[in-house]
Amino acid sequence: MMLSLLTIITGYWFDIRDLSNLSRKIEELIGDAGGPDWLIFVVSGLLGAIGIISFIGGVAVINIWVERRVVGRMQSRLGPNRLGPFGLLQPVADAIKLMQKEVLQPATASGLIFTLAPIMFTVPGIWLTAVLPWGRNMTLASLDSGVLFLLAASSLGALAVFMAGYSSNNKYALFGSMRVIAMLVSYEIPIVMALLGVVLFTGTMDLGGIVLFQEKYRVFMVMLQPLPFFIYFISVSAELNRTPADIAEAESEIVGGYHTEYSGMKFGLFYAAELINAVVVSAIISTLFLGGWWMYKLDELVPGWMIYIGKIYGVYFLFVWTRGTLPRFRIDQLLAFAWKWMTPMAILNLVLVAAEVLIWEESGWSAGLLLPAYIVINNALAVVTIYGFMTLLAPKFQRFPARLRFYPTIDVPSLPAVAAVDAAGGGPRAS
Amino acid sequence: MRPAAGPAHHDGEQSLIDDTGIVVAFYILAATTVVCALMVAFVRELIQAVLFLALTFVGVAGIYIVLSADFVAVVQVLIYAGAVAVLMTFAVMLTPAADRRNSETPFWGPALILSGLVLAVIVFVAYDTTWHLDKGRGAFPATAASLGEAFLKPYVVPFEVASVLLMTAMIGAIVLTKEDEGDADA
Repeated sequence: MMLSLLTIITGYWFDIRDLSNLSRKIEELIGDAGGPDWLIFVVSGLLGAIGIISFIGGVAVINIWVERRVVGRMQSRLGPNRLGPFGLLQPVADAIKLMQKEVLQPATASGLIFTLAPIMFTVPGIWLTAVLPWGRNMTLASLDSGVLFLLAASSLGALAVFMAGYSSNNKYALFGSMRVIAMLVSYEIPIVMALLGVVLFTGTMDLGGIVLFQEKYRVFMVMLQPLPFFIYFISVSAELNRTPADIAEAESEIVGGYHTEYSGMKFGLFYAAELINAVVVSAIISTLFLGGWWMYKLDELVPGWMIYIGKIYGVYFLFVWTRGTLPRFRIDQLLAFAWKWMTPMAILNLVLVAAEVLIWEESGWSAGLLLPAYIVINNALAVVTIYGFMTLLAPKFQRFPARLRFYPTIDVPSLPAVAAVDAAGGGPRAS
Repeated sequence: MRPAAGPAHHDGEQSLIDDTGIVVAFYILAATTVVCALMVAFVRELIQAVLFLALTFVGVAGIYIVLSADFVAVVQVLIYAGAVAVLMTFAVMLTPAADRRNSETPFWGPALILSGLVLAVIVFVAYDTTWHLDKGRGAFPATAASLGEAFLKPYVVPFEVASVLLMTAMIGAIVLTKEDEGDADA
């Protein structure tokens, strides 16, 4: 509708495949009317921002339904199916319910921090969408250090979770936030190292540049670098607090973690932010490893941003799949996994990638010769590494940690009934 | 943020640093940074102090962006606001609740003198240095690549020394906090 409106105003025909010419035409329009430079920036910036934010907002609503239906299907349930066709109106009903609910705040909570935490948790996820390349020339902010910006913005989430947990003045919230911080600090390292492998190989930190590299050599990074993909996927699903690693809000252990005390739309923000972050991370994976808006010959027929959204949802399905099938880690298992498995693998991969880049630059062999060789070598090494780490480093099965970390001795008084059984000659439970 | 990341519409002669938007942004960011830094010292509760410190780091990152050093700005947010502030909050949370307040201390006099001396040294150095003002710089030149070149070519020795220092600190921390295996089993 907006496109046809612009067509009427400007007299240009706007191709849906390349939305970037839209902002160019607007710039020309303002420039011709004698508008100042800053107005051009403000208008094109606002247009891009509104487009992206409405996409993200829509995604946050729809993905509630997607997630519940898909997980329901995987767990032999129906999922929401009452409101509207296929239950599609369920998220709308949920949103209305959340907005109507009274926002309760504990009397002992520290007010301002308590209110700021959900906002600060949501905002970085929306920032991240600014640097994503939605198509050729369709990046809102083409940052030279885009990958680093992704890491920096997503690292702010830890502080928000901490603020939420601390200001609630609730022990479960505090436990939850401490778990999150321990987890985020651990998983930041493999994430950075996995992304460093991609950045080192492509030689650019600009997300659009990484897509252009994949287009130029006609290869997806996931073929060249399967190990970083594996590491990044696992580590980031821990950072997202999704089920294989949702120890931060493990409902069966610590009630709800850091958002125990939140209700109404403040809780809604936390909930929406997790869905937004999941989509944004899927977008990052499809940019860095799956070619972004480029897809061999297909991007000549289909608009790049449609391919991109398709890839995003493909990766998102993988996240939902892991959520629907895998059981939850214990906290010590999760941290050990980061330090003993993910980090060494990432370091190994980094050395390998550095050597490959050096060979490529120094030998002068053509990319057509080297890249297929790298694909074979890297895939073989990825299989060997993962299998090797699985077999050699696999811990002996432990029902409980070998020694208790924080409280070496706790005297647990026997229950009266047990004590009576013990006194009467001992039952099946002797100790 | 000021939309300086877009296509350059400036024709090079007018320096970006005298732009109205840049000047206004600089003063807003400087005021935010200074106020937050003061609040770190004045606020009673340690957690709030740490959060203000994180805000100070973000303000400094904003000033880097104004100076069109985007790489340094992003690293500032990543390392200081993302990692250092989180580690500090972790440290604060591991202390007993009673110690989480900035209580009265007899050391305020010496601390004031010491911080005054540090401030004097920084001000002196800032005035003493002849600042090389590169007025011809565009909006956002690629800073990451030139930083990398500088670190790994002329300044490789200090860079490596710094990393060895960090390594030593890390090993030291592990040695200090490692509990005795024998004690734990007993």
